[in-house]
Amino acid sequence: MACSATAKILQPLSIRSAEKSESCGKMLSPSSFLGSTPLPKKLFSVNKTISPLARRSATIVAVSSDVVKEKKLKSTQNLLITKEEGLVLYEDMYLGRAFEDMCAQMYYRGKMFGFVHLYNGQEAVSTGFIKLLKKEDCVVSTYRDHVHALSKGVPARQVMSELFGKTTGCCRGQGGSMHMFSKEHNVLGGFAFIGEGIPVATGAAFTSKYKREVFKEDCDEVTLAFFGDGTCNNGQFFECLNMAALWKLPIVFVVENNLWAIGMSHLRSTSDPQIWKKGPAFGMPGVHVDGMDVLKVREVAKEAVSRARRGEGPTLVECETYRFRGHSLADPDELRDPAEKAHYATRDPITALKKYVIENKLASEAELKAIEKKIDEEIEEAVEFADESPVPERSQLLENVFADPKGFGIGPDGKYRCEDPKFTQGTAQV
Amino acid sequence: IRSEARTISGAINGSRKTGKVITKAVAAQAESPASAASKPGHELLLFEALREGLEEEMDRDPRVCVFGEDVGHYGGSYKVTKGLAEKYGDLRVLDTPIAENSFTGMAVGAAMTGLRPIVEGMNMGFLLLAFNQISDNCGMLHYTSGGQFTIPTVIRGPGGVGRQLGAEHSQRLESYFQSIPGIQMVACSTPYNAKGLMKAAIRSENPVVLFEHVLLYNLKERIPDEEYVLSLEEAEMVRPGEHVTILTYSRMRYHVMQAAKTLVNKGYDPEVIDIRSLKPFDLYTIGNSIKKTHRVLIVEECMRTGGIGASLTAAINENFHDYLDAQIVCLSSQDVPTPYAGTLEEWTVVQPPQIVAAVEQLCK
Repeated sequence: MACSATAKILQPLSIRSAEKSESCGKMLSPSSFLGSTPLPKKLFSVNKTISPLARRSATIVAVSSDVVKEKKLKSTQNLLITKEEGLVLYEDMYLGRAFEDMCAQMYYRGKMFGFVHLYNGQEAVSTGFIKLLKKEDCVVSTYRDHVHALSKGVPARQVMSELFGKTTGCCRGQGGSMHMFSKEHNVLGGFAFIGEGIPVATGAAFTSKYKREVFKEDCDEVTLAFFGDGTCNNGQFFECLNMAALWKLPIVFVVENNLWAIGMSHLRSTSDPQIWKKGPAFGMPGVHVDGMDVLKVREVAKEAVSRARRGEGPTLVECETYRFRGHSLADPDELRDPAEKAHYATRDPITALKKYVIENKLASEAELKAIEKKIDEEIEEAVEFADESPVPERSQLLENVFADPKGFGIGPDGKYRCEDPKFTQGTAQV
Repeated sequence: IRSEARTISGAINGSRKTGKVITKAVAAQAESPASAASKPGHELLLFEALREGLEEEMDRDPRVCVFGEDVGHYGGSYKVTKGLAEKYGDLRVLDTPIAENSFTGMAVGAAMTGLRPIVEGMNMGFLLLAFNQISDNCGMLHYTSGGQFTIPTVIRGPGGVGRQLGAEHSQRLESYFQSIPGIQMVACSTPYNAKGLMKAAIRSENPVVLFEHVLLYNLKERIPDEEYVLSLEEAEMVRPGEHVTILTYSRMRYHVMQAAKTLVNKGYDPEVIDIRSLKPFDLYTIGNSIKKTHRVLIVEECMRTGGIGASLTAAINENFHDYLDAQIVCLSSQDVPTPYAGTLEEWTVVQPPQIVAAVEQLCK
């Protein structure tokens, strides 16, 4: 089924103001989105069954788009994206997917170790949001951060190198899969503990506000905090929703609700599974969007990001999405119902965008294939680069513990320990 | 590289709120009004010294800001930030909701993006709630990001055993934080070093935890008018001597000095060093002292198990074993949740008679 927007889409978001606390995200109209079955009109009511399929079929969608089955589009004016945008989105999603698939290969070949969490299936959220950002905007993520880093602009070779533990990695091999940082591209991590990054994101948003109000700069930088459904039961989440709304910080809280926290179903751990509802409780709009549809995500993101830029404060966006693989490469993924997985496989965001682009004549199959080829080569090159890069020397061991290495203190001989020649060799006693 | 200012803290005029057993911290020197006026510098209390240091740094660098509960309109529960919100505004002196872990994390995020925040724990004990952020983010992010992001935060607050504040308000977190890689810890004990360490901590690119003590905020001292910044890594020689090295920090410095009076009367000559830098240790000053006296007594308020004294004992044994004529003696607080009752609380911390006895034992 093709999906396109009509003029109606220009009221895409039911982002409610802070005063109204009734439920946001009521169904605007029955929506069919790329590849899925149409939804019934009723509001979701919590039921005790665990069957995610049944639950999902009653979900509300905030952004609606009409199905245009018969009509052919006369012009691209009614489309959500231009050709250039479509190609950018496609390339970014394909990059995310190809990269993660390559990670899996490399892991099983023994090139990377530890905990590696792959993003397959969730690309629409990363691409939908991050491609709207400027370089100065900040992104904070969790351990499932490879694709967020890639979308933000960190070169694939640097991320792959980091995963291989090489010194040319974005964090010099010191961070690893779960700690992707980039000062140049304003990726503030990569955090292993869930919820740990949300205050950091709040702080980055605070700096943006500080720059405006104390330095009197013309600063409209925005921060995006990505985290999952499991995090939404964590104290730091709620504490930061409060502070962000209180001080109207320029931040968007993006929940990637993929229904599973390792093996814990969202429905088994959350008293009210509708996460978007928690936004209005703190005085910010809560929006629910289909996270398998990059165009919908992008529309919601546009509104949330520009809200933040205008100084109107934070937004909580719940993206309903799904991860095609297990929680990590070590997860046997036995608990999830194969029917559920099959259902979401039919809603692959990349396939859906491809279909949209082709059916709306934004680009040809050949152009998309060319992009895929380019990306495949880029990934191959990234692996080669990572393979050939050197492993860190011992001298790197002590280098970045302190920004000011005087922090290692004064040794018995009266000199600062960092002045010891063995310090640069990584063998000094500290 | 040594600090710009060395100090020998002489007599400190002041009294402290404390239990009935100990009346004066150190020997008071009577100052006639005439001599007071002619001396350079100005007199103030320790919390005012902290505030002065903070204010000077906030004037100097607009990126410096303060986060904490009741730091703004209330002026800080110990008045360290009094008046600052009026002067700098509500954003630079931010009254936070009661969410230690989150606002400490917020400070980390702000530090990563260019600000220099100071986090005040209303009581150091509350920072246990922020342990996740202090350990994982303050301490580690510079390293895990491969050196890309610096976290120039200062985390400070009053800790230590007060006057019958109960177990949870009487905690000494220096032992809990000391293993966190990537942070520095300092403890101030006089108005002079409080101001100097505050300024140094703010200027440092490393995350620094500054331990203040609830009972020391009203100490009065005359400090210089000129600007000065102390070194975060150096220890302070309080009283030079020949017979025994007494290493201490924070409030116990005053118990030691009180014991020192008694010891001097008995004919001993103790050398008292306020180690100030709890992590890393200033092994140069400490080592020089040990090489001279060959006997070490550590007096601390930390718990016995895994405390600063325990680490210091290990470090001294490793580095200066050959210079020791006797086993290192470490007097710490009892491994007991600080009781409310005044008498019990007294027996939890080290008292001057115990210090005197330990020195006599050591010097036999």
